[in-house]
Amino acid sequence: MNVLYGLHQPDEGEVLLRGESVRIGSPREAIGLRIGMVHQHFMLIGVMTVAENVVLVSEPRKGALLDRDAAERRVRELSERFGLVVDPRAHVEDIGVGQQQRVEILRVLHRGADVLILDEPTAVLTAQETAELFKVLRALTAEGVSIVFISHKLREVLEIADRVTVLRRGKKVGTVDAEGATEASLAKLMVGRDVLFRLEKDTSKVAGPILEVGALDVDDDRGLPAVRGLSLQVRAGEIVGLAGVDGNGQSELVEAITGLRVPRAGHVRVGGRDITGTGVRGALRAGVGHIAEDRHRRGLILDFSLAENLALREYRRAPLSRLGLLSPKRMTQQAHPLLERYDVRGGRPETPAGSLSGGNQQKCVIARELAEEPQVTVAAQPTRGLDVGAIEFVHRRLLEQRDAGRAVLLVSLELEEIRALADRVLVIYDGRIVAELSPAATDEEMGVAMLGGGRAPA
Amino acid sequence: MSTPGLSGGGEGPGTLTVASRLSGYLRGGGILIPVLTALIAFAVGGLVVLATGSNPIDTYKAVFDGSGLNWFFPWISSDDRSLAALNLQQTLLLTTPLILVGLAVAFAFRAGLFNIGGQGQYIVGSIGAVWIGSSFDGMPALAHIVLAIVAACVFGGVWAGIAGFLKATTGANEVISTIMLNYTALWAGVYLFGLGGPLQSSDPAQRSIPVSNDVLESARLPVFWGDPELQGLHIGLFVALVVTVLFWVLLNRSVTGYEVRAVGFNPDAAEYGGIHAGRSYVKVMVICGAFAGLAGALDVLGWQFRVATNDIQVSQVGFFGIAVALLGRNTAGGTVIAALLFGALISGTSVRNLDPSVFEPQLATNLTYIIQGLVVLFVSAPVLVTSVWGLRRRLGFGRARGAQAG
Repeated sequence: MNVLYGLHQPDEGEVLLRGESVRIGSPREAIGLRIGMVHQHFMLIGVMTVAENVVLVSEPRKGALLDRDAAERRVRELSERFGLVVDPRAHVEDIGVGQQQRVEILRVLHRGADVLILDEPTAVLTAQETAELFKVLRALTAEGVSIVFISHKLREVLEIADRVTVLRRGKKVGTVDAEGATEASLAKLMVGRDVLFRLEKDTSKVAGPILEVGALDVDDDRGLPAVRGLSLQVRAGEIVGLAGVDGNGQSELVEAITGLRVPRAGHVRVGGRDITGTGVRGALRAGVGHIAEDRHRRGLILDFSLAENLALREYRRAPLSRLGLLSPKRMTQQAHPLLERYDVRGGRPETPAGSLSGGNQQKCVIARELAEEPQVTVAAQPTRGLDVGAIEFVHRRLLEQRDAGRAVLLVSLELEEIRALADRVLVIYDGRIVAELSPAATDEEMGVAMLGGGRAPA
Repeated sequence: MSTPGLSGGGEGPGTLTVASRLSGYLRGGGILIPVLTALIAFAVGGLVVLATGSNPIDTYKAVFDGSGLNWFFPWISSDDRSLAALNLQQTLLLTTPLILVGLAVAFAFRAGLFNIGGQGQYIVGSIGAVWIGSSFDGMPALAHIVLAIVAACVFGGVWAGIAGFLKATTGANEVISTIMLNYTALWAGVYLFGLGGPLQSSDPAQRSIPVSNDVLESARLPVFWGDPELQGLHIGLFVALVVTVLFWVLLNRSVTGYEVRAVGFNPDAAEYGGIHAGRSYVKVMVICGAFAGLAGALDVLGWQFRVATNDIQVSQVGFFGIAVALLGRNTAGGTVIAALLFGALISGTSVRNLDPSVFEPQLATNLTYIIQGLVVLFVSAPVLVTSVWGLRRRLGFGRARGAQAG
């Protein structure tokens, strides 16, 4: 995909575009060939308006200056034609992620692209936004635009694609028509063996409460209430799924439980011990494992070696350090069995974490967080951006925790994931728990609750 | 922590500071980049010499001889050797503080901070050392030296700590605050030692000279090579080398170093591991300030023995520390080598050491500044350029792309 956009050069082989062999030396040449790309991480300038971002690089000019009116007209025209509604005068930093993605697509269309590459476009979108994106994509293909849609989410691929090509370790495994393919058949192509979507799950042996959150109020970064008087319990031997649309207080709740954020009121107890306001170290000591929502931002230090990353919870204590001095040797000794047990491939203890694939990076995070057998594991979107094989691995590890009589709080935007793992489902909306459901509840029941239509639990 | 200031301004990997980019880049490129950087800087400096109508090769040869580095050649005559010895002593005298101010910049870089305040920290260190060194008549020598050095380290540490504290609590950019503290230190020194100032010399013969009291004999560092009367080489060089080893241990083998590097690479992830980014910033700056303050102390106790307001105003030692750290790739060994290079350059181009028939020494001093500037430019420019064009990825250093599963 980076070859197509001119970011990398192929060592061998050729790219055929409209029947002709082309060499793409740079993104600029790719744009010239009417190839457009929307990256997973947006490349927008937050302080500029939507219209300015769209026309960037090929601006309509009035003399030496930007012709703002023409730019806005152009954005409106493209918006209408493809049904991509967005206010051209809004500043990009003020609009939501779904809208920002539209700006990216508009920019590509403005440059006249008729081959559109979308890299994991739904990773950051809610179900609602994804449905809208798909509408747009259908409108685009109806206009004759070719789309390459890169995704790990099999259901979405089947829904939107006409043909599906499966890659495994840089090799094409096969191309099939979406019609007639199933998630299971695609997964088999991807992993090379059958994948169990429904994990075998023993009935849980639930004991007393481990994690108790009571009447918790947490503010977000802007100082506005994000979690409002929330209470929940996770008992030993169960996985509680926290379902909800992104941005309803999940991140703030997780940060409050793990000590990253000081709650304004309420308490967090682990195994009966009050850890409210004791910070990350307090949570670590009490036995809270935390699989962070964003492994690049929080979970890993990409420039650190795997051994150093694996030591992040324990480096302060013997045997990894004594009298303030670290032992790199013992860090490496500790890392070897962990990497093996958690099947982290492509790296030795001294390899920088940044050079691993996403799935292996996440395994590394999980190895660190679960190695000490924490009383409670807070797993926030633990499988985001992973392929089906890695997802299965992560799910199995979480189930192991449960079966060993420990508690797991699973925060996920994927209903499928919650359904597969959770013993109980809590629905969060606007910072409150609005419903408690069984994992067997229908999509509709969950959806209604997630949009605030549920009743507060008794 | 929910307070944005204390969490280090929420600088995620997406918004890496220039300091942490530079630091990563420098360590990524191996030995090749600093060597090339130095060679290109010398080549461009040679063009400048050529433009003034002199022969660059002869000039560099004269600078080399002026630095005394020819002392290491076995074939030079004994007359040349004794001159070379004198010159080499001067070079190493200058190298000593450069090592320490280089470490002061390098340590901050490794924590993702850009310490431009080496000069101010060096000045307050000198003030502390001259104040203690010229007081306490009759104190035993070793105790007096140690006390003066400790005072200088504390002065420098507190001075730099202000910048760290401001960053931790208010998010104030350390680049701005350390630059401002440089001026504050400079003018504080001018006030203290200026005419009628509280620390101006109490000697009646010096009432009209803006200079401090002289450091007492008991606080002067012993000279181990050369004549103490002729500015021989004092033992401060060994102090600097020992501190370099300490720097390495602190950074690579200590819990503090682990935390410092974690915050430097990714403050958010460090926080996730229970490391307080704000506290780390204060700690780092205090340590940096102690390094630079020690540099001031060694100069004052080793060969200057007094601080004059004129000297403070023209001193550039702290600023050379930036070039030293950058060229030394922010590592312990690299800093020592880079400090020696700049020490030799400054000493070799000085009016006293350079043969005026080859190159005008007044111009040659500027040659040192030109090379210093070029080093900073060449080391920084690729980072800026490659960051802009996203080339770091392609060249294979810097963080891997937000890798996907597979």
